[in-house]
Amino acid sequence: MAFDYDKYIRPGKLPHIWCPGCGHGIVMKGLIRAIDTVGLDTKNTAIVSGIGCASRLPGYMDCCTLHTAHGRAAAFATGVKMAKPEMDVILVGGDGDGTAIGGNHFIHACRRNINMTYIILNNKIYGMTGGQFSPATPTGAKASTTPYGNPDPAFDIAKLAIGAGATFVARGTSFHANQIDKLIAEAIQHKGFSVVEILDDCPTTYGRRNKFKSVIEMMNHLKDIAVPVKAAEKMSPEQLEGKILTGVLFKEERPEYTSEYAKLIERAKAAK
Amino acid sequence: MEKKLPTIEIIEKYCKGCHICVEFCPTKVLEMQGFVAAVKNLDACIKCMQCELRCPDFAIKVTP
Repeated sequence: MAFDYDKYIRPGKLPHIWCPGCGHGIVMKGLIRAIDTVGLDTKNTAIVSGIGCASRLPGYMDCCTLHTAHGRAAAFATGVKMAKPEMDVILVGGDGDGTAIGGNHFIHACRRNINMTYIILNNKIYGMTGGQFSPATPTGAKASTTPYGNPDPAFDIAKLAIGAGATFVARGTSFHANQIDKLIAEAIQHKGFSVVEILDDCPTTYGRRNKFKSVIEMMNHLKDIAVPVKAAEKMSPEQLEGKILTGVLFKEERPEYTSEYAKLIERAKAAK
Repeated sequence: MEKKLPTIEIIEKYCKGCHICVEFCPTKVLEMQGFVAAVKNLDACIKCMQCELRCPDFAIKVTP
C-alpha cells in the first residue's frame, strides 16, 4: 500500500517551493516516514528550523513548528525542550544555517547532549540566497562568491558533531532514500543529541556551476561516493580516498541535559 | 491468471519535471510528456515503488 504522506502535511501547502530535483523533498518524505515509524504524536512534536531552503521544511509539516532566525534553530529548540521536556523536538536546517551562522549554537547543543534530533541537509551551498559558498563547500568547488574555485577546506559535519559531543551521529544521502527514514527514526529514539547529516543535491545553484549536467548525474555521484560504514572497515585508505561514510557513525550513552537539569532543581529545592 | 496491474497516480499540479522517476524506474514505465511525468507502459511495472519513494515533489502515488 502506498504510504499516506498527506496525513502529515498541512492541507493546501503543496506544491512546495523547492526547485525541480532538489533532494529536500526526498528528505522530508524520509522524515515523515520516520515520524510514522516511531509513532510520534504530531501535537507533541516540535519541528524547529532557521532560515534557508532546508529550513522551509517545517512550514509544510502538520506538527508544532517554529521558523526562527538564521542559524538560531538550536537555540530556540533548546528553549522549547527546556520548557517542555516531554515534547519531541526535531531540528531541520541546511549546512550554512547549521554550521556557519548557527555554528556556535550547533556545537553547544551537541556539548549539552540535550535530547533533540538535528537533521542537517547538506547541499554544500547557500541555495536560497544565490549560491554563495558555505563551510561545507568542498575545496575547489565553484560558488557565486568563489568563481575561481573555493580555496577553503570543507567541514566534515559528522566529525564536527562527534567532536563537539553529540551522542548519536549518522549520515545518509538523498540518493539512498530508503535509508533516510531508518537513520532519522533511530536518531529520534536515541536519548541525547542526535545529528543526522543528509548529503543532498542542489541542481540549481551547486550543480550548474560544478559541471553536473543533470539531477540524475548528481544523484549518481552521491551513489558513487557513498560507502556504508561496515563495507568501509574492509577497505584500504587508498580505496576510501574521496569517499564518504554513510550509516550510523557514532553512538554512545551519556547523561541527558533536561533530566540532569531536573535533578539539579530537585537538589536546589532540597538544600533550601 | 491475469496479472493485476497497479495504479500509478501522477499529480500534475505537483510534478516539476525533474526526471528522477523516469530515470530511476528499473523497467522504464514512466516517460516525460512535456514538462510532467506520465505513465507509458504500465504492463512493465514491477511495483518496486522507487518512483514514489524518490519523487521529491510528492507527485506520485502507486497503489499495488
